[in-house]
Amino acid sequence: MARIIALIAGTLFGGGLAVSGMVDPARVRGFLDILGRWDPTLAFVMAGAIVPMALAWRIRAQMAAPVAAAAFVLPDSRRIDGRLAAGAVIFGIGWGVAGLCPGPALADLALAPWPAAVFVAAMFAGMALHRITTP
Amino acid sequence: MTAPGFIGALAPVLARAAPGDGLAGGMLIGLAAALMLLGLGRIAGVSGLVARATGLADAGPPRAIALAFTAGLPLGGWLVSRAVAGVAVHMPESPLVLAIGGLLVGFGTRLGSGCTSGHGVCGLSRLSPRSLVATMLFMGAGFATVAAGHGFGLKG
Repeated sequence: MARIIALIAGTLFGGGLAVSGMVDPARVRGFLDILGRWDPTLAFVMAGAIVPMALAWRIRAQMAAPVAAAAFVLPDSRRIDGRLAAGAVIFGIGWGVAGLCPGPALADLALAPWPAAVFVAAMFAGMALHRITTP
Repeated sequence: MTAPGFIGALAPVLARAAPGDGLAGGMLIGLAAALMLLGLGRIAGVSGLVARATGLADAGPPRAIALAFTAGLPLGGWLVSRAVAGVAVHMPESPLVLAIGGLLVGFGTRLGSGCTSGHGVCGLSRLSPRSLVATMLFMGAGFATVAAGHGFGLKG
């Protein structure tokens, strides 16, 4: 049951990325290009995603446990530190360089397999590097 | 004089955008994140789930769940591209650009504990100050990187 829910959620997520055009790195870099040919589409995607999710957080507050798991396991850290900041900046630079973040890169494995595979392989290498270097 | 000037400047921006597609696709993404939260009690943060699926993270949901979600991403992309003609994907041509971008995205999302989905969609909708800071920083870094690319004469 839990696996089927996760598969459906992942499929909806990947489908949403394709419908919104966010699988296209050129469109994402267009959003980041505020000093050039700015394309605001990504802002509409964020708005469209945040509305149902904000509702879900309100519903969550009324629930003792999720539907198909024993308990809610949610990030509880409130710390804003150098690690968070450095990570976000490094991620943002990579996002600007290629126009890809993790979700679209994985969805693109089905749409532009070879370039997406290069990016995803490098992304795994970056994750592994973090695992090795960070205690 | 000024009003038509403003609209004139805005028109090409709006012509480039796809607000309807953006909102519709965004709502699917929000629905997916809501399903993860209310169904499984987890954050739909792609970088965390992918790291968990590949064994590059120790903490997180059961691995089977992370794998199922990760497998759904290309499946969803593929289904939409079958159903709708013309899902455009313009990848960077240089493998070096893809490799450098991927390396930075992989390292940065783990160090910063999240990406566009975890901090952006899930965190902002939860009004998390931590996610707001992360989102402003990665967007700012993205704006600066693309602007710097223009400065170095790279293709925009």
